[in-house]
Amino acid sequence: MATQFVIDGLTASIEDKEILKGINLEIKGGEVHAIMGPNGTGKSTLASALMGHPKYEVTGGTATLNGEDLMEMATDERARAGLFLAMQYPSEITGVTNSDFLRSAINARRGEGNELSLIKFIRQMEGKMKELEMNPEFAHRYLNEGFSGGEKKRNEILQMMLLDPKIVVLDEIDSGLDIDALKIVAAGVNSMRSEERGFLIITHYQRLLNYIKPDFVHVMMQGRIVKSGGPELAERLENEGYDWVKEELGIVDETVGQA
Amino acid sequence: MSTQLSTPVNREAAEALSRSKGEPAWLTALRGQGAELSETLEWPKPEKVRIDRWDLTAIGGYKPQAAIASADELPEAVSNLSGESPAGFVVQRNSGIVFKQLSAELQSKGVIFTDLETAAREHGDLVQQYLFKAVAQDEDKLTALHSAIWNGGVFLYVPKNVEVELPLQALLFSDDAEATFAPHILVVADNNSRVTYVDNVSSAFEGAGAATLVKQSVVEVIVKPGAHVRFATIHHMAENIIDLSIRRAIVENDGRIEWIVGDLHDGNTLSDTRSLLRGNGSTSDAKVISIGSGKQQMSLTTGAVHVGRSSDSQMVTRAVMKDAATAIINGVTKIEKGATKANGEQTEKVLMLSPKSRGDANPILLIDEDDVTAGHAASVGQVNPEQVYYLMSRGISKREAERLIINGFLAPVVEEIPIEAVQEQLRSLLERKLEA
Repeated sequence: MATQFVIDGLTASIEDKEILKGINLEIKGGEVHAIMGPNGTGKSTLASALMGHPKYEVTGGTATLNGEDLMEMATDERARAGLFLAMQYPSEITGVTNSDFLRSAINARRGEGNELSLIKFIRQMEGKMKELEMNPEFAHRYLNEGFSGGEKKRNEILQMMLLDPKIVVLDEIDSGLDIDALKIVAAGVNSMRSEERGFLIITHYQRLLNYIKPDFVHVMMQGRIVKSGGPELAERLENEGYDWVKEELGIVDETVGQA
Repeated sequence: MSTQLSTPVNREAAEALSRSKGEPAWLTALRGQGAELSETLEWPKPEKVRIDRWDLTAIGGYKPQAAIASADELPEAVSNLSGESPAGFVVQRNSGIVFKQLSAELQSKGVIFTDLETAAREHGDLVQQYLFKAVAQDEDKLTALHSAIWNGGVFLYVPKNVEVELPLQALLFSDDAEATFAPHILVVADNNSRVTYVDNVSSAFEGAGAATLVKQSVVEVIVKPGAHVRFATIHHMAENIIDLSIRRAIVENDGRIEWIVGDLHDGNTLSDTRSLLRGNGSTSDAKVISIGSGKQQMSLTTGAVHVGRSSDSQMVTRAVMKDAATAIINGVTKIEKGATKANGEQTEKVLMLSPKSRGDANPILLIDEDDVTAGHAASVGQVNPEQVYYLMSRGISKREAERLIINGFLAPVVEEIPIEAVQEQLRSLLERKLEA
């Protein structure tokens, strides 16, 4: 079945403050969608709410992946259903090696009785690490501990490649990356583009979209998608900023939920 | 329910028992004196744990034990704890030693590895010279009482310049709640020698509901100049046993003691491990891992006293507290005047898994010398929900995520343990107690 991901009227709040005010978005397998927008407009909240971060409460709406509402599931079930979120700030976990973590994640996805053999796992992991130009030593380091910003981002992409998800959300994957690292990360993402997989890329900057070409571009303000278009929309935002969008829509303050 | 003293501990009784076992006169006198001291001294008073409310007098009575011909005759619950035929192996069951062996090769090098009762008879001068030197007999009621009633025990002597490669092992276990279980372990590593000692302190009670029994043990390690001793001990007895464990090392010039303590016992625990760094350039490294469960109370202390110049102490304690368990964790670094260039580092960390569990970490630095370095870090916390979320976002179940994080909390210490077999055993016991 071709992947179909539909976000319908999603609302979410943090500490009783409503941040997402009704998100509607449809992503089909093979499509790359970009969500752009200034700081504080709810972009990262959308990513966290989709994955089920404990601080965010989804107060309404659905997000269905191939007919199943992810919002009815626990975070781990959403992941096993095929959702992947590359996080802006991945956790550091002392004492858990990267490779032990990756293997647990892969096997959780595959299910009991269908675990990947150690040899196959190592071969896969080492192959993907090479593609991402990661130092093989990172397999044995504790998860994200002492990783630089760029190393953490590569590690997120490594997980994406190994977990083979149906819907990938990249939350500010470009922040803190120099241009070489950005190219490597983008190449990793591009290698995963396929008809079975949809992408949702959240970013401030057009820069990333030079390397990962989106099919659709959405602008988020005040916790809503306020404008959608093709790749040309991203280019105009890069050249002219966001003021023209605000003017066009009569928005004075684009942020949401700020104190 | 508790076992009352079947024989009162007084000078007459202690001396009579000693004589009946054919112990040398000096030891009989020492036991008599200990019994007398125990009548007036106070129980130790660790920080914030009222051990005087524990049933500390439930020490049972002395029961002779029949020897076994081979380790195969051990009860199943403890028979798999010693690994593949160690070069040296001593087994204490309740009040006495039931099995001992030492390879001919080590015997020919002059290594002594036997029970302390036998050693007191056969190597009296050596034992008398060191017994109750690292731990003072009159320190408190516990040490005095122990000096009167200790039984079985282990004596390990490594002559000058002898390096013992493989770990020597002991198994100390109780399966009779009415029998006194009070091993005394004395390790003497002569100049420039090297040895690793590993013991398991365990129990094998049939069924539940066994009576309360105090297991008290005192460990003394004498590290002579340039010697290197690794002492690993893993405690995993049943809930009915109160574990009172005092461990002390005296370390001479350029000597080194490494302590590895696994406090995985299910009952109340007093675990006190200290090094006296008497010599210049002497070093101590202590690693303590603990898991508390049920309603157990634990007082876990590591300590180092620096007297020698350029002496170095490292202490790490990590404890995971489940259910309604309580742990008070103390780290005491004391640097005496004149111990210039000394360095002492300590870390205590507690991870609490339940709202009813409690953990306190008390780092204490007492420094009387200016030209030193010292550091401490302590933390008490719960499983971080952000970390659980991160792992779950990769499809790992909540239970498995917590398991990974808890094991990860202990792993940096477990991985540093230099003896692979001990690491393995600790891992499986940790897993078992965490899953229980």
